[in-house]
Amino acid sequence: MAYTLKINGVDHTVDVDGETPLLWVLRDVLGMTGTKFGCGMAQCGACTVHLDGTAVRSCQTPTTDAVGASVTTIEGLSPDGNHPVQIAWREANVPQCGYCQSGQMMQAASLLKDTPKPTDDDIDAAMSGNICRCGTYPRIRAAIKQAATKMAGVQ
Amino acid sequence: MRHDPVLGQTFGATIANVSRRTFLTGVAAGSLILAVGVPALAEEEKYAGDGMPHGLREDPKIFIAIADDGTLTVVCHRSEMGQGIRTSIPMVVADELEADWSQVKVAQATGDEPRFGNQDTDGSRSMRHHFMTMRRMGAAARQMLEQAAANQWGVPVAEVEAVKHEIVHKPSDRRLGYGALAKAAAELPVPPRESIKLKDPAKFRYIGKGETPLIDGFDITTGKAQYGIDTRLDGMVYAVVARPPVFGGKVKSFDDTEALKVPGVLKTVAIDPTPAPAVFQPLGGVAVVATNTWAAIKGREALKIEWDDGPHASYSSEEYKATLEAAVRQPGTVVRNDGDADKALAGAAKRVEAEYYIPHLAHATMEPPAAVVRIVDGKCEAWACVQSPQATRDNLAQRLGIPAENVTVNVTLLGGGFGRKSKPDYVVEAGLISKAMDGKPVKVTWTREDDITNDYFHAVSMERVEAGLDEAGKPVAWLHRSAAPTIISIFAPDPKQEADFELGMGLVDVPFDIANVRVENPQAEAHTRIGWFRSVYNIPHAFAVQSFAAELAAAAGRDQKDYLLELIGPPRQVDTRKLAVKWNYGEDPALYLLDTKRLRGVIETVAEAAKWGRTMPKGSGLGIAAHRSFVTYVAAVAEVQVGDGGVLTIPRVDIAVDCGPQINPDRIRSQMEGAVVMGISLATLGEITFKNGRTEQTNFDAFEVTRIDAAPKEINVHLIPASDYSLPLGGVGEPGVPPIAPALTNAIFAATGKRIRRLPIRDQLAT
Repeated sequence: MAYTLKINGVDHTVDVDGETPLLWVLRDVLGMTGTKFGCGMAQCGACTVHLDGTAVRSCQTPTTDAVGASVTTIEGLSPDGNHPVQIAWREANVPQCGYCQSGQMMQAASLLKDTPKPTDDDIDAAMSGNICRCGTYPRIRAAIKQAATKMAGVQ
Repeated sequence: MRHDPVLGQTFGATIANVSRRTFLTGVAAGSLILAVGVPALAEEEKYAGDGMPHGLREDPKIFIAIADDGTLTVVCHRSEMGQGIRTSIPMVVADELEADWSQVKVAQATGDEPRFGNQDTDGSRSMRHHFMTMRRMGAAARQMLEQAAANQWGVPVAEVEAVKHEIVHKPSDRRLGYGALAKAAAELPVPPRESIKLKDPAKFRYIGKGETPLIDGFDITTGKAQYGIDTRLDGMVYAVVARPPVFGGKVKSFDDTEALKVPGVLKTVAIDPTPAPAVFQPLGGVAVVATNTWAAIKGREALKIEWDDGPHASYSSEEYKATLEAAVRQPGTVVRNDGDADKALAGAAKRVEAEYYIPHLAHATMEPPAAVVRIVDGKCEAWACVQSPQATRDNLAQRLGIPAENVTVNVTLLGGGFGRKSKPDYVVEAGLISKAMDGKPVKVTWTREDDITNDYFHAVSMERVEAGLDEAGKPVAWLHRSAAPTIISIFAPDPKQEADFELGMGLVDVPFDIANVRVENPQAEAHTRIGWFRSVYNIPHAFAVQSFAAELAAAAGRDQKDYLLELIGPPRQVDTRKLAVKWNYGEDPALYLLDTKRLRGVIETVAEAAKWGRTMPKGSGLGIAAHRSFVTYVAAVAEVQVGDGGVLTIPRVDIAVDCGPQINPDRIRSQMEGAVVMGISLATLGEITFKNGRTEQTNFDAFEVTRIDAAPKEINVHLIPASDYSLPLGGVGEPGVPPIAPALTNAIFAATGKRIRRLPIRDQLAT
């Protein structure tokens, strides 16, 4: 049946089974492929998006749960690709293959929103649901701290 | 170079690629002729890029184009899987071309080896084989631009000079941008190699600097980057495949009644299994085609399939481990024999022996295998995340019965490769399903369960090492037996010995200064698909050799690092052929000698940087390991802390690498950082076990990988500078991995006195 989803500030009406995970609605129905499929069971974090500002795994979010909420994907994290997390990721040359990095950045942005000056333990707790098989963890940690510093400077 | 009148025009367009695909040539011809290990009697041995299928191509009119607005487009014919090659190749060309990086673009080559030369992105050889060809092509294009400007101004070419995207004539203070000269320059002949003037390395702008941002950095950080799984075409349908859960199995019967009732499911398609040896062809099974991936997954769940499990239905890792143990406790085929190891062992003052086990591993690339294929008017076009675009093309052509020239393989970004995506079975699946769907574009997605249960697994291995020490604790004999199923098992029927290229990965080429050395390879059978996994057989060999070196140090009551240096012996350059090595990573053994000075150098560098010998608190320790692989030398020091209940933390790892000239140091550092994490992952957590022929792990809940909380907070990469850019390059992508596991377990021994001989470590420290 038809559901209306608010994604990156825009309403989209999709005709899917209500149980369909938001991940596949984004990727297959709406063509927003920045959100990645990694495991399908909330083990890897590649599919992380924001639901009303909080990081969730879109592979475990049924379409019906997203109705009435505001969904943010990597494509909408910032209007111009210049969220402090995105800038920090580029300045530190964080990505290797890059595939997990949408999810990493969405998780990191959510962390920084709630915890503007995260400690190493905060970073471990927030980011350990996101797997990077290339092993970019040291740079992810550094980039989160760099983004935190930048965001503190802005405020 | 060539003139690029239309920006964004298609480059390259068609043909293919090979390398670990070297094997394929013989297979396609009907018999297995391994390029490795079978000496070419009549013709001269070819090495490096020249020794690869389709060799090297060096034509700036193929690889370089300049548009009227000055945009420089460089073709990257290597697959990008995180090593940064789409940045590094244009960077090399741009430097020699005196280009302004802000005007540089990259175009990804299609799979077309007759046009681009070898494209197999594996074996840590992209920069190793292509640095000089890219430099020369960039320099040739620069000289063509200079000549064009000189012609236009009517001045001697010696008076003009390329300076950051302009040709300058200083005497008359004239200058012309590259865009204005592009058309005229492209019409000039390419200067012959002997007249190419390479830049003075002192004037490099980008090479060796590590300051060039990633060319795909913006797209990756904004979700715009296109991986194979992201491909979308008009009218595309989505498929997942139910594959035999046991290697060699096939569908006995299936009932798709319920599957076809799932909303969105369009059709099921039976895929015939490929008879063994299947090389890179699919496993077969039943595909479910739907309007979206989720519907296809739900449809597959509703399929009722009865499987014939075939000859490997009883494969059990527990039993197989016992089989390998028994194998290494008996003599095997002798693959290196110096002196008389038996006699020396018999006369030794002390004998030490140990066995080491490493299980199967899954690659688990974050982007699972995925591909889109369509067939229009007898022409097949694929979009795929593949490390081997030409093999992809050849396999599609072979299975679909379409001439290779009518098959186009568009190479997307790869969300991780690690060797898995050298095997394009998933692309062929998409091709077969598209054919069954009247050529409609079909995207095949492997779920994580598909990826882990039907991988081409890293070989399980048992290594037994025995040494005799003299009164002073110095080894007088070394006997190493290695048993593991071979990768050749996907190419040939039922081989039981490790191939030369596997033996040459840290087993026969053990670089120690010991008079009596015997290496044996007892037989082992493959019961699942075996494939290349980042650094390949170096993983078990280095784990055994570097662990055992530390065990000998302990037996001799010596410092591990000092003892390791003594084992390696004085600085010398060894021709690996004298170590019975028949495969030196495809490189000329006379050019790429095993240089113990360099091996000692990385050990000494890393030891100093890690403050080796410092006093450690109780429960903490340092461990060291060193290994040469892919003609690069790496040493690592791990610092561990083992807390209550055996809880392991790894606060810091130092890693030193001597890979010869360093082209893009930032990407070398990132590869080493990643190798440390992957090494820790396989040492501490990674294991695939089989029971009744099936993997017991299916997703990241059971096939665990290292996460940020368990990764070292501090990874320090120490690059050994090379004196000269004309020296031979070593590999970068893989050689960081092998020394990590033994450095870690050696550190655990230092911290606790407990010796880990079986990976993964998991809960072994709890008891």
